[in-house]
Amino acid sequence: MAKTNRKGLILYTFKRNKTSVLGVIMAVIIVCLAILAPWVSPYDPIDQNVKLQYASPSSAHLCGTDGYGRDEFSRILWGSRVSLVVGIASVLFSMVCGIPLGVIAGYKGGRVDNVVSRFNDIFMSFPIVIFGLLILAIMGPGLFKIITAIGVALTPRIARLARGSTLSVKEMPYIEAARAVGQRDTKILVLHVLPNIFGDILVMGTLWIATAIIVEASLSFIGLGVRPPTPSWGSMIRDGLDQLTNAPWLSVFPGLAIFLTVFSFNLIADGLRDIADPKLRG
Amino acid sequence: MLQYTIRRMLLIIPTLWAVVTVVFFLIRIVPGGPAVAALGTYATEEQIRALEHQMGLDRPIIVQYGTFLADLCRGNLGKSLITRRPVIQEIVQALPYTVDLTASGLLLGILMGVPIGIFTALRRNRPPDYLGRVGSLIGISMPEFYLGILLMYVFAVRLNLFPVIGGGDLKDWGSRLYHLILPAFTLGIIMTAFISRMTRSSMLNVIGEDYVRTARAKGVSERMVVYKHALRNALIPTTTVIGLYAGVLMGGSVLTEIVYSRPGLGKMMVFAVKDRDYMTLQMVIVIFSAAVSLLNLLTDILYGLIDPRIEYR
Repeated sequence: MAKTNRKGLILYTFKRNKTSVLGVIMAVIIVCLAILAPWVSPYDPIDQNVKLQYASPSSAHLCGTDGYGRDEFSRILWGSRVSLVVGIASVLFSMVCGIPLGVIAGYKGGRVDNVVSRFNDIFMSFPIVIFGLLILAIMGPGLFKIITAIGVALTPRIARLARGSTLSVKEMPYIEAARAVGQRDTKILVLHVLPNIFGDILVMGTLWIATAIIVEASLSFIGLGVRPPTPSWGSMIRDGLDQLTNAPWLSVFPGLAIFLTVFSFNLIADGLRDIADPKLRG
Repeated sequence: MLQYTIRRMLLIIPTLWAVVTVVFFLIRIVPGGPAVAALGTYATEEQIRALEHQMGLDRPIIVQYGTFLADLCRGNLGKSLITRRPVIQEIVQALPYTVDLTASGLLLGILMGVPIGIFTALRRNRPPDYLGRVGSLIGISMPEFYLGILLMYVFAVRLNLFPVIGGGDLKDWGSRLYHLILPAFTLGIIMTAFISRMTRSSMLNVIGEDYVRTARAKGVSERMVVYKHALRNALIPTTTVIGLYAGVLMGGSVLTEIVYSRPGLGKMMVFAVKDRDYMTLQMVIVIFSAAVSLLNLLTDILYGLIDPRIEYR
């Protein structure tokens, strides 16, 4: 299929899928709120106010206040930054490491493929949360360390996907043609293989962003997230858990924020997958 | 079949060895090392040296690795740096809580997920299907610990039906079950979302196949078509997904244990991270990875039982 034609079809299919359009709208709103957090949040997220400990939700404090009297709504808005940055950056990290690994393994085959695939198998037997926990236990908490931890955990998964897609693209006539005219392997990989596997990787990438956001929240919930007082949704829930009986809003609202963000990315991924696999459309 | 099973089980050994090796070396690159972690930052140089000598940490890393592997083969997993008790004892104590939780979570996921998947696939593009699809998407978008907190708030804090925290008394089956219900449903609902999605999509794939059309054409009753022709084939990819989501199951059990303060392996692992108890940490991680590998093996074997076309080689 011609490239322009395919793009048109993708856009058409995507637009017809109302739920994924909803996902895009939700994600855009969340991203905008994260970017505009300094201007739209009503209070300073780390400003303490002892007089307002555990105030329940009201018109002044939409999501109530926490044990330090900090405005929960402002903290949720600021916390979106951590979730989105970690979600997107760790997936980019894993793509930068995983795509070359997978593409080379799939394209070269033989011993290279064997070695890469064995390593993938080994690293994939660690559940993502547990692998992230191990890496953070070694490196200590911090924003860049979380991105690295989740990125490393996702790398074998991306590599495996890139390898699989490369294997099917490799057999295409245009690759054979490129080889026949004497193009070098690196050129074939960059010009012909990469653009053709990118669709598959994009779908999974969106899905992995959703996963990465959940993993970040989980690690912050465990207590291995960004350092306080920077608000992050997972650690806000952890702090609220002790007060579940008196101040349930402290856990309920940040959790809702995580859920809505992950949900929007999953809706988008669902729509993209329908395009990739028309059999399941409907 | 038996031969295949045995060979696959033997193949787990190199994987486990690799996992143990990765964890061993990763943990040893920690600045300061376990001795500093155990003694705290105020320890004197001599104290650290003495403990390092006692723990064998002053020997070359390759020698340490050899001793570690040899000990492991003899079932000696070392001592916890905090409690000073053998790690194996601690693990044996915590294991039942985690096994109860993961097994019941997976079971609930299968018992609810497979029927929901079939039901929604058969009503494709009708209200029950939409409801099921949105429901499962909500489930996979929900962090386990958040669902756990919501269930805990409603059923334990507000309605007072279940205990808020703890794992119950292992010897008392009633208390054990009573403490298990909420955590099991937390994990079970998440697994249901994953399993129902997969069952639905593989069911849809199968329904379009020629043999299903043939069966319908020759007048086989709809019931038979669904259960004999479609379901059996649809279950094959669904079985794999259970192996695929073994990681989700294990990771989920860690978080669920933390929410409900169940004294299982997950909670033990998180404490080991906080206390920098590397001996405990490395063994718990190895156990979780081994569980993932074993679940994958189990699904591969199940695969053949469901699908006689697959030959064991």
